Amino acid sequence: MVKQRRNPFDYAGKPSMRLIFLLGTIFLYAPIIVMIIFSFNNSRRGGNVIWKGFTTKYYEKAFNNDSLVEAFVNSLTIAVVSTVFAVILGAMTAVVLWRFRFPLKPVFSGMVALPIVIPEICMGVSLAVFFSAIGFQMPQGTPYPFNLTNIIIAHITFSFPFAAMVIRTRLSSFNREMEEAAKDLGASEFQVFRDILLPHMRPGLIAGALLAFTLSLDDFVITFFTSGPNTVTFPVKVYSMVRFSVTPEINAASTILILVTLVVTALAMRFQNIGDTEK
Amino acid sequence: MESFRKNIRVFFAFFGPTAGWLMLFFFVPLAIIWVYSFGENVSLTEIKTTWTLENYKRLFESEILVLFWRSLLLSVTSTAICLLIGYPLALVIATASRGAKPWLLLIIILPFWTNLLIRTYALLNILGTRGRLNDLLEWFWNLGDGALDLIGLGALNLLGESFVPIKFLGTPLGVVIGLVYVHLPFTVLPIYSALERLDRNYLEASLDLGASQWRTFRSILLPLTMVGVATAAIITFIPMLGSFLTPDMLGRGQVDMIANVISRQFKSANDWPFGAALSLFLLYITFILLALQAIYEMRKGGQRDG
Repeated sequence: MVKQRRNPFDYAGKPSMRLIFLLGTIFLYAPIIVMIIFSFNNSRRGGNVIWKGFTTKYYEKAFNNDSLVEAFVNSLTIAVVSTVFAVILGAMTAVVLWRFRFPLKPVFSGMVALPIVIPEICMGVSLAVFFSAIGFQMPQGTPYPFNLTNIIIAHITFSFPFAAMVIRTRLSSFNREMEEAAKDLGASEFQVFRDILLPHMRPGLIAGALLAFTLSLDDFVITFFTSGPNTVTFPVKVYSMVRFSVTPEINAASTILILVTLVVTALAMRFQNIGDTEK
Repeated sequence: MESFRKNIRVFFAFFGPTAGWLMLFFFVPLAIIWVYSFGENVSLTEIKTTWTLENYKRLFESEILVLFWRSLLLSVTSTAICLLIGYPLALVIATASRGAKPWLLLIIILPFWTNLLIRTYALLNILGTRGRLNDLLEWFWNLGDGALDLIGLGALNLLGESFVPIKFLGTPLGVVIGLVYVHLPFTVLPIYSALERLDRNYLEASLDLGASQWRTFRSILLPLTMVGVATAAIITFIPMLGSFLTPDMLGRGQVDMIANVISRQFKSANDWPFGAALSLFLLYITFILLALQAIYEMRKGGQRDG
């Protein structure tokens, strides 16, 4: 395009459009920023009504709230364990769809994508009914983290299709001649997988893992239906606390979780960039 | 790509676990729900599958029809608002300089990575009758009132006697704000990618031939990005229709949507068969919408190629 001519498509340069974007940004961020600010509000009464000075005591309070910390640790454990499984299953799905021709392949591909599109409530309810119908309930006193098995299974189920999608995208850039060359030089099926394919997949695996991790950390609805009274995750705990009242303590805890998510997101984007430049 | 027969052991080593997992923990649970939707409560804990259609008949009770209508209305309104806000946002991102583009995209996507519960809770903080949004509105009200005083119209009380805070929580207005807030990124991204693929020479031609900016937008830009807009509408609408948390927390039980009533059947009303029927109904609607979108996209794609 000729640069010196007035660009007819230059909406981003118009002040009115810039204002709209600014207002949109404020709309998206103001609630979260207000919540973070009021986590430092020195007001005993909940409700966050009036600013009463700066304090960090609600962070202390959140850290000393045993059930809240336990829920937080549960959330992290579930996220880590389900991510490992989700990435393994996701990678296998991606490899199958990328490598093989088989009957009813489009059907399988559609079935894998289904957990992504169906309403969360349907999945939560069906898993809850399924666990109760087959009597799958970890007995009281099951050692940690096996008492979280139900939730972990649920999380693997909804997150592995996302991981598969990300990994499949990465696989599509694989140069098959490398595989053939390795085979010609006498590499076995397993050696090709370990030394050629897996290293190529790595950025996709990492991106998929980080996606699965944040999805697991984020989930409320499905966990709400699959968690028991003694196995509560952070979102479910916050939900039950909000029912009673809105307190600066919840603001503080939420701020911490936002920080965790931000760090994971930043990592995810770094790895994705590395993956892009490696090509 | 190779045929699965050529390497059948490797194929099943990869295919078996994923297909098995999906079958056991996704399709079997859905099948159980499906069977339950034809069941009856025989006692408090026991459900008998009698293949009755009673649960489906109850979907046509006036109470449930009102619920469907409300869910539909809230989702359609919120989707429309999302499109109205999302299109200009996408337009700004698509036309920004190369350096600014990723950052603008990040601004839109980042809230999406934040916990849904926390975002909804953050809104809850703001939307109270004594929340920050009403503070802001009151500030504007005082400003307006002062301005009227200044030009000598103060005595007329054009803005009312005093500021009346708007009730957001427990009203459809609050739920719509929440739905738009949560789903806006879903709307922006497909429109953005449609704008990116657009051949900009068309716009230039239109402007060169003397069409106004508005005319160019209406007759060139919008039609050419319609597939993106339709995709955006569908992928915004589907999760909205199944929303649980937003109507639950911001509607406070006054503005129920389908998912809230489903949840109640399982959590408190203990009417699993009816809850199952409702869930399947929601599922079928989702499938129909996805199919419609697929057909629309195929048709549009066919037109462009032909």
